[in-house]
Amino acid sequence: MTPSHTSTAAFPAFVSAALRPLPLGPLQLFLSAVLRRIVRHHPRIFDRLGAHAGKRYGLAPSDLPFAFVLHTAPHAPRIVVVRSLPERLDARIAGPLRALIGMADGSFDGDALFFSRTIAVEGNIEAVLALRNAVDDAGVDVLREGAAVLGPLGQFGEALMRHQRNRSTADRPGSTASGSGEASSWN
Amino acid sequence: MELICPAGTPSSLRTAVDAGADAVYCGFRNETNARNFPGLNFSPEELAEGVTYAHRRGAKVLVAINTFPRAGAIGLWHQAVDDAVKAGAAALILCDIGLMAYTAEHYPGTRLHVSVQAAAANVDAIRFYVERFNAKRVVLPRVLSVPEIAAITRGTACEVEVFVFGGLCAMAEGRCSLSSYATGLSPNMNGVCSPASHVAYEEQHGTITSRLGGFTINKFGSGEPAAYPTLCKGRFRTDLSTGYIFEDPVSLDAATLLPGLRDAGVTALKIEGRQRSRAYIENVVRSFREALSALDEGRPIPAGMLRPLSEGQSNTLGAYRKTWR
Repeated sequence: MTPSHTSTAAFPAFVSAALRPLPLGPLQLFLSAVLRRIVRHHPRIFDRLGAHAGKRYGLAPSDLPFAFVLHTAPHAPRIVVVRSLPERLDARIAGPLRALIGMADGSFDGDALFFSRTIAVEGNIEAVLALRNAVDDAGVDVLREGAAVLGPLGQFGEALMRHQRNRSTADRPGSTASGSGEASSWN
Repeated sequence: MELICPAGTPSSLRTAVDAGADAVYCGFRNETNARNFPGLNFSPEELAEGVTYAHRRGAKVLVAINTFPRAGAIGLWHQAVDDAVKAGAAALILCDIGLMAYTAEHYPGTRLHVSVQAAAANVDAIRFYVERFNAKRVVLPRVLSVPEIAAITRGTACEVEVFVFGGLCAMAEGRCSLSSYATGLSPNMNGVCSPASHVAYEEQHGTITSRLGGFTINKFGSGEPAAYPTLCKGRFRTDLSTGYIFEDPVSLDAATLLPGLRDAGVTALKIEGRQRSRAYIENVVRSFREALSALDEGRPIPAGMLRPLSEGQSNTLGAYRKTWR
């Protein structure tokens, strides 16, 4: 059955409130390690980005108290955790964290998430499409890459998140809780 | 009826095959195909790999070379034909008569399908392609009703393929100049309708404004489903009213018409969406594979299941049921 793209669950507000006072340093170290793994396992992403490799993207999880700046420089890609996105970016993509991760691992359709207003995009739309298509082709399993960085603790966390995701997806009408998770997407 | 499914990337091709496609159509990473979007499409090597993957699972790969070559640049289109044949494409989907002539002359054993971009909408036009270039199949433009399609299949021995799901071109394809008017680029010549390079979205106080080439195409209020910034589905203010002039922002879903299309003699059903994700392709292909099984077994065909994936979150039967007549 086709997944609902209209109600990608966001984290409850108390999660955001609880995370707000925490320092960003540990998360920065973790995400940098995750990005290194992704780049190592999916080098063709930069080929698909083509002329857009090197662009700076702002990724803003609407249900978390921080955001990310992704710099897609082929030889030195990096991700920076920030409290709020800077002005000078090539493009911005905003939406619940689950939607952003689901687009990367292929369980959500980006256009449909855009149609349903679950995500919003601004800036250089060509660059947004190039990133979306490159990542969709690569099938980046963000949860798995993150779990691998954390070791045994990460595997437990991954299993827990997948369980939660599949359960919440199955609860929604028209959902497909299969494979690597839920279903939905944006553009 | 065969199920013909889109693929914008190698991963999408594998997804479509695994989900039950009889054939997958795709294009090269340049202006020779009508989905020339950033980050999409295939290199010749990727196409050859995709063909191998599909063949091992009993599926075919069709290659769309369905734009009209620019004057003085025909070499790019000839190279695309050469590369597609070399990769083992089961058929080429073409719209330009010069390119059809090149293919028929150099590769007479290659199946030739007439692209929807050729807008062949009557028996005489189809007969021309069959007699002159030995075309085996025509993809009909999305301007015909089911009875009109039945009349065409009765009048020609050429196989007929029709769209059953996805983005809906409301115009006579291959002849629409709206995108060119607004941006200087068109699906017919450059492979892009409403190119992303000319698109802008701006959100203020929950309202999204979409613009194409500086023209405001639409404003979506808070919570209102959004749509692509195409002129044919724009919402405009005139002296008479404010509204959609050509077509609402909806997607085609003809699942409920499958019995009628089968009875009309249709050979193949096409799903639009090479620019869409693997999630879209998997869900739509599986849904139509299930619909075809239901049709074969005489069960009711599920309806409306794909609305969450549709533009504007709503569907239409388009011209298949011309309620405006």
